Parts: sequence; C-alpha cells; structure tokens
Amino acid sequence: MLIRRPSAILPSEITPREIYLSRRQWMAGAAGLSLTAALTKGLEAAPLSAAKSPFSTDEKLTSREDVTSYNNYYEFGVDKADPAKYAGSLKTSPWTVTIDGLVGKPQEIDLEDLIRSSTLEERIYRMRCVEGWSMVIPWVGFPLADLVKRVEPLGSAKYVAFETVNRPSEMPGLRSVFPVLDWPYREGLRLDEAVHPLTILAVGLYGETLPNQNGAPIRLVVPWKYGFKGIKSITRISFVEKQPETAWNKQAPNEYGFYANVNPNVDHPRWSQATERRIGEGGLFVKRRPTLMFNGYAEQVAGLYSGMDLRKFY
Amino acid sequence: MAGRAAVPGTKKGFSLPQVPKILVYVVGFVPAVWLFYQGVNDRLGADPMRYLEQALGLWALRFLIATLAITPLRQLFSVNLLRYRRALGLLAFYYALLHLLTYMVLDQGLDWAAIGADIVKRPYITIGMATFVILVPLALTSNNGAIRRMGGQAWARLHRLVYVAAIGAALHFILVVKSWPPEPLVYATIVAALLGYRLVRSLGRRAEPRRRPA
Repeated sequence: MLIRRPSAILPSEITPREIYLSRRQWMAGAAGLSLTAALTKGLEAAPLSAAKSPFSTDEKLTSREDVTSYNNYYEFGVDKADPAKYAGSLKTSPWTVTIDGLVGKPQEIDLEDLIRSSTLEERIYRMRCVEGWSMVIPWVGFPLADLVKRVEPLGSAKYVAFETVNRPSEMPGLRSVFPVLDWPYREGLRLDEAVHPLTILAVGLYGETLPNQNGAPIRLVVPWKYGFKGIKSITRISFVEKQPETAWNKQAPNEYGFYANVNPNVDHPRWSQATERRIGEGGLFVKRRPTLMFNGYAEQVAGLYSGMDLRKFY
Repeated sequence: MAGRAAVPGTKKGFSLPQVPKILVYVVGFVPAVWLFYQGVNDRLGADPMRYLEQALGLWALRFLIATLAITPLRQLFSVNLLRYRRALGLLAFYYALLHLLTYMVLDQGLDWAAIGADIVKRPYITIGMATFVILVPLALTSNNGAIRRMGGQAWARLHRLVYVAAIGAALHFILVVKSWPPEPLVYATIVAALLGYRLVRSLGRRAEPRRRPA
C-alpha cells in the first residue's frame, strides 16, 4: 500500500502575488456589497454567503487546490496549469454583462448590482470534462432562470447565446499566432435548458468569489453537460431565435455538438466517454469510474430531450 | 558498415570528447526516474497519471528525434555522434514501452476489453500501438550480433522503419489533443524536417547520374 507523506510546499502551490492581490481587491469589493446585502436583507456579512441547495451532491469535494490549478481556459494557454499562472492579468472589476436580443428589457447589468440583487446558493455539482476527467465543485451562484425572468424574453426567443470577454491585452491565448479557437469563446443553450433549475450562473466557489482561472467574475455552470459548455468570464448574453454558433462546435463540428450532454454511450470520435477519472482520487493509481448518463442528472433533465436521437444531437 | 571503421572519412570531423555510452543511458533515464519519484510522492499535479503518461510519451518522441538527428548532424555539420545513436534509439523504445505500460496499467487498469476497443476504434491509439509494434523489431536488432547475422544491408533496410515510427509518433501526438495547439505541431515539423532532409538528399543522389550523360 502506498503511504503518502505530506510534502513540502512546492512553488507551484503558492498562489502568485497578482492572483491573491486581485482576490483581495475582489474580497474588499464583495465585503462592501455583502454588507449592503446584509443591511437590506438581513443576511450575515460573509463575503459570499450562500444558502444550501437540495440540488447539491454529497460526494467528496475535489480539493480547492485541484479545482483552482487544473483548468481548461484556452484564453490563457492550452496547458492545464496556464490559467492559474496567467489569468491574474484579467481585470474583473468593474464588470458589466450586456443582455440583448429578443428581450423586453435589454440592459447592461453591473456585476455588483447583479450579485446584490440575486439570492446566492451553494451548488455542489459534478463536473465532467469532455477529456474524460471529473471533479466535484462547490459553486456559489444563482439560477440563470432568475436572470432570464428579469429581462423578459420575447416569445420568439428560442436560444440563449453567451460570449466571453475578448481582451487580447489581458489574455495571452488571444494573442497566440496559432489561434486555438475562433475567439471570442461562445456558447449557447436552448431556452428550456437555460431556465432549468440546475443551470446556474456561478460567481464563486468554495465560499469565495471565483478565482480568475475558474472564470471570474461570472460563468455558466450546466452540470449535465460537458465542462466546455460552462463558458467563463461572461460579458454578453443574447436571446436569439436560431441555434447560436458555439466555439468548440465551430472548431470541430463532428467532435463537439451544440448539446454536449454527458453521455457514456456516445463516444467522442477520438476517445471513449464510457468512463472517467475523478481528480484527486487515487493519485497515480486512479481508478476509472463509469460515466453516468447526463452526468448523473438524468432524473432531472432527461425530459428535456425526450424523443431526440442523442447520437445525432450529441 | 556500422561501427567506427566507416567513420574516419575524408571530411574533417568535429572532434567531441568521447563519453562512455553507458552515460547516455544513465542521463537518458533521469527523466523517467524523476517522473516516477514525483508521481509516487504526489507531485505531478491534479491529474498525475495523465501527466506521467504524456510526459513519457513525449520523451519517447524526443529520443526518436535525437536518433534521427544523428545523420544530418554528421552530413551537414560534421558532428559525429554515431556511436551514441543506438543508445538514443533504445531510449526512445524504452520510453515508448513505459508510456504504453502506463496507459495499460495505470490509465486503463488492465481492462483488456477497453484497451482492445481503443486500439480498434481510436485512430490515435491504433497509430500509437502500430508505432510501438514497429519499434519492437528495431529494438530487438539493436545489437552487433543482429547486424552480423542479418548482414549490414538487410539490417539497414529494416531500420529504415524508424522513419515510419517517427511519422506515427508525431501523428499520435497531434491526434490526442483538442484543436491545433502549437506543441504537437512543432514536434511534427521537426520530424518532417528530419525526414524531408533525407528525401531531398536521396532524390538528389538518384537524379545525379542523369545529369551527366555519357
């Protein structure tokens, strides 16, 4: 049996100065706003206090260290360690989210106002990456449905399109001579998927505001879909009639569908999706676990796709 | 034609201090030992198995490239490292073997059904596996006895398979990643340059007699 001894702190484990400074800057802002929230709503003054949710899983959490150091955020580089290294350069405050398209109330929402006016919940979700690994992450956020309701989509709105901020000066991946994707990153959901109670906009994890590498200041989390659907650092949300273009689908349409529902029976053309490795479980001797239909959320979401051929709409 | 007898040619060779070949093996295995040490001590990040698997594969490709670089180095720059080529080639094989074992034992947990399905259904694994299979006879015949038994020409013909292996390895790397990140393309470009050099040279040699008619 392998006995793991606690190891000395590695340089890679020390949070870079710019990241913790920006986090502090954030916390200062968040403390201010939660104070306002406390005054108006009578909640306790913790930076991102969040109510528990029946949608949370009770599985063992992936460590904060792993959640914040093993990321796919190609705007900051294609290596898993790149986002933690370089995402500190993204300025996430002030931040506005533009909401436009087929809505009764198009608007530019200031993020602080948005957080202040939302009821935050902790949602502990499984996250399954299309590459075959998974995590369990305690997000803090609010249902996307709350926001959708507020902007009053028109009857003609069938889809919701999302766009990541596009700032080459702050995102080294956007300056690369080999553009990995057609920037900016875009994602989309059908309107009924968008208003499903499991779909959230996350503004934090592990009880704090989001680290930049995880998509600060606001990102999408759709737990029954592959992780790449969870678009990060959202700057625009548009309500549209036609299925919107999405970044990975555009890059390789035969590999990444619009739906991208976790499905162990439909393989990626280049690898199997039947099993996954849970990050932090077993180290070098990790044991694969079976991937569950809709990432284990079939009971809640299977109805959204009844009658659809999931091999065709992957 | 192998061995030192062929070396003292007309070109003035760049003289390098000779080191014992065993040193090439010792240094060559440092990355593997270091990776396993870090892996066992949980220092390979959040996904240590995947890190180990990929790093071993990358080292196999690097040693394959080093092996292929020996001839152009000699012909273009008169740097003669021929006596280390066998060690470099065998290191490429050993790393490919460790890479394959990591995939079979640690990644797939010796699930033969899954491994079999992967080899049949996943082109990048099919190519990776074929590349390894090609390397096996090359490794087995990388000794003086085999050269003697086979004869220099047949041995050299067999070992030209290393070109196929290099193409396979580069392709395997490109196919395993999402989108087109630069790193696998850089390695593929190096392999293409090393093989392209040989192609151009052999075409030039074949064209030469025609250029001077009797």
